[in-house]
Formats: sequence, structure tokens, C-alpha cells
Amino acid sequence: MAVRSEELGDSGTLMYPSRIKLPYTWHAGKVGSRFYQEIRDNCKIWGTRCEQCERVYLPPRETCPRCFCDMPEWVDVGDIGTLLTYTVVRYAVPGIQPQKPPYAMGIIQLDGASTGFMHLLGEVDLDSIGVGMRVKAVFRDQREGNYLDIKYFKPLGR
Amino acid sequence: MDKIGIIGIAQTRYRRYNPASHAELAYQVTREALDDAGLTIDDIDNTITVCNDFWDGRTISCMAITEATGSHRVPTTNVEGDGTYGALMGAMRILSGLHKLTLVVAQSKMSEGIPAIISNAMFDPVYERALGVDAISSSALQMRRYMSKYGITEEQCARVSVKNHRNARANPYAHLPLDITVEDVLESRVLADPIKLLDASPISDGACAIIMAEEEIARARCSKPIWITGVGHCADAYHLGDRDLADVDALISASERAYRMAGISDPIKEIDVAEVYDAFSYMELMWMEGLGLCKRGEAGTMIDSGVTELGGALPINPSGGVLSAHAVQVAGLARIAESVLQLRGEAGDRQVDGARIALAHGIEGACGQGHCVFVLGN
Repeated sequence: MAVRSEELGDSGTLMYPSRIKLPYTWHAGKVGSRFYQEIRDNCKIWGTRCEQCERVYLPPRETCPRCFCDMPEWVDVGDIGTLLTYTVVRYAVPGIQPQKPPYAMGIIQLDGASTGFMHLLGEVDLDSIGVGMRVKAVFRDQREGNYLDIKYFKPLGR
Repeated sequence: MDKIGIIGIAQTRYRRYNPASHAELAYQVTREALDDAGLTIDDIDNTITVCNDFWDGRTISCMAITEATGSHRVPTTNVEGDGTYGALMGAMRILSGLHKLTLVVAQSKMSEGIPAIISNAMFDPVYERALGVDAISSSALQMRRYMSKYGITEEQCARVSVKNHRNARANPYAHLPLDITVEDVLESRVLADPIKLLDASPISDGACAIIMAEEEIARARCSKPIWITGVGHCADAYHLGDRDLADVDALISASERAYRMAGISDPIKEIDVAEVYDAFSYMELMWMEGLGLCKRGEAGTMIDSGVTELGGALPINPSGGVLSAHAVQVAGLARIAESVLQLRGEAGDRQVDGARIALAHGIEGACGQGHCVFVLGN
């Protein structure tokens, strides 16, 4: 690896620009795998339901965070929901952003879920987004079994 | 709780691109905290560092500063989280009876990495991380939710920024002392609506150290020990969608635990000064509500009233807060150090007259997932 040093301003000290490169492979686990397989193969969004508190969690979990019991029951939460909050990202960060800014993202409560689901907002005028807006999931044509198989949520009726 | 005294503190001046290395920052505050306490390194019987590998850019980064913190020969462990949790562990060490004098050192150099990429990595790699969400955009989601649920305005959030940057002008350690107006904040560049540049804390490098002692030693060694009278901590859900982001359940729980331990029944009346983790302007308002310093949803009218100004009935962040200096992880420990200065009566032009009980607060995780609250007294 080539290491070079740069003078830092008027302090006369040196700094060493480099980068950390680390390939890493995460396992989605049995619950995450089923969640993504349903999105990929059937364009269906499923959560898990706690039989004690009756809350439906999205993304799905093996365990209810409140009751600490197993959640074996799967529930189709639908693809339509309500926008709880949103932002328009207007700054650029190389390498991590799924779109060129400005782009919108928000937390959506799908009609069949008790929790919010963070995702992108698309096909929307960035200046006319509002809390409470009804939105619908748009799936990618080519799905690979990941979070961005849902392309974004768009305003209902568009 | 048995008494634990804070008998030494030190902070660097916070700035971006500090040319010191991580170890040099850690050494500076270790040396100065020992001097402040009138101790030598041989008096210290254990150390706790507060380092995060991702921020430091190396694996087990705490091991790289053992020399700088003088911790070669004594039990040393690391806390990966906010500095308040390092202080919490330090208090536990002394309460265990195994240790009598604990050095806690936090250092970080946000300027060396890319904060947005590092904070993006706190989100689940299989789920939300793919959205590019980071500390700023997730906080924007929280700020919007808080504003829409409780009718808080962008002007009220801006007022926090104006107050804290103004307070920072009397703090020689602050990174960003500014003389600005509400209009300046509102008209500053939008990062992620509704967060503007001046609603956000700066990218700072810096370090802070505190030395804690068991009661007998604290009294023997220090003419003005500052006592830890209560501490509480609690965490909320990881996935942001599981929480109502406008609410502060974990902080309510943490502060109630701290108040119970400290024997505080009416925090609004009893607390003289609070240093809270205002990484973004709106957070100061939310944390005031969670700390019971006002009723739910009323922090906006409280900032409007001027009560939290230096000179008001309950000054909050007289140091300038995290908005004026944000070395991540260090910032919570700095809240404790600033509280100690207030209770010693050594806070200079930012001194709150007659401060007897202070509150210091730290957070960790996205949108204040975890909270740690200290109550201190002189």
C-alpha cells in the first residue's frame, strides 16, 4: 500500500490519507431471509405478529421487543400506508446514498403494521410532501432479495 | 449510594483538524486532569477509556492509547459509547470496592473520518443502511416528527442554536462560538429538511478526562470534590420505526432513576444548571422534556420564555453545549466536566451563580436511542 504524507496547514505536522477497505457479508437470518424472499418472489411485504401484545412488527423479527416472546406468526401488511415523518436529503455523501441528492425518505406505517418502516419516497414533488400523506410501495422490476427491491413509496393515486 | 467524588477534570479546546494524534490528545487531558487533582499517575488504580474503532479507524483502538493514559500497569477497559457511559462504569468500579481512584479518558477525532459514512454504519446492514441514512437524515426524521406531534416550530429550535452558540463565546474550550440570530439559523443551508446547517453540531476533535475517587480519598485529596449523587441510564428500540420518534421514554426512565437516587423530587426547582447532549438544536428541547425540566410538548414555550438562558432560572448548556463542540463520545464526558466547573464555581463568564446541583446528560445510538443521566452536587 502506498502511504503518502501531506503537510497540514501551518502546524507543520503530517497527515496520512488512506482508506479502510473491508469486504463483509452479512447473513439476513431466517426471518430476514423469508422477508426478502417474499418481496423478491411475490412483491409482498410481511411482518411478524406478537400474540401477546398483538403488535405487528416491520421489518419482521423473531422476538417481540416488548414482550420478549417468540413471534412465529407472519402477517401480510399490504403495500399501502401513511407517512409518519419525512426529510429531503440535500447533501451529498459519496458511496452510501442510493440516489443523487436531493432525494426524499421517510418513515411509513403500512396499514397492516404497528411500527414504522423507513424507506425512500419517489414520484413525488419534493416541496409537496406532507406528514399523513398516503403512500404505496413501488417494487423494482429486477429484484434481488434486499431492502431496495422496494424501489420507493409513491403518493397513492399517482 | 456511597459517595463518589470527581476530583480532577480536563478538556482540550475543541476544533476541527486538530493536528495532534489520538494518543497525544489522550495524553494531554490525562496529564492535565492529574494536575487538576494534584495526583500523579501512580495514584490511579484503574482506567477506563472511551474509544470507538470505527471513529478511530483501527481495530481495538483503545489498546493504542494505553501509554498515553498511563494505564499499562493497572486494570484498564474500554467503553464503546458515549463518555457518560465511561463515567458510569467508573462509578461502578468504585462502588464495587475493588478500586478507589478511577481515570476516565475519552478522545475522538471526527475530522479524520467521514461522519456521514460512519454514522450510516450504525444502521442495520441488512435493512435501513441501504437508504444511506445517517446521523443527520435520521435526526431530520425525528425533528419533523417532534415538530408535527407537539407543534414545535423551526424558530424555537433555532433559538436553541442562537443561545448555545452565544454561550460558547464565554467558553475557551468551545469550537464554535457564534453571534447569530434566529434568521441566520433559518436561512442557513438546508442539510436535510427541517435541519439546517446551524441546527447541527460541528465536526470536532478533542478529548476530556475526569478522575473519580471513593469518598474518603476524595475528601482527603481535594478541597472541592464534586459528588455524584445520582445516575441512571436506559435504552429504547434500535429500529427507528419501532419508536414514536417524538417521544423520549428511555430518557424519562433514565432521569427518573437518577433523580430517585439523588433524592430529587422536583427537578425544575432543584436543578440549578443542566448540560444536555444537543447534537442538533431540536434535541435540547426534546431532552428537556425527557428530563422532566418541563412538561411534554412545552419545551418550545420554555425556550421562548428565556428561562434556559444563562441568567435565566434554569440555564441549559451554558458551555454552548454539543452544538458548539461535538467530539463524538467525548461530548457526554464534557457535559460532566462542564458541570464540575459550574459546581466548583470555576466556569468563568459562563458561571451560573450559586450552582449547587447540576445535571449532565449523554446519548448514544441513532436519535437518542440510549440515554445516561448524572446528577452532581457540591
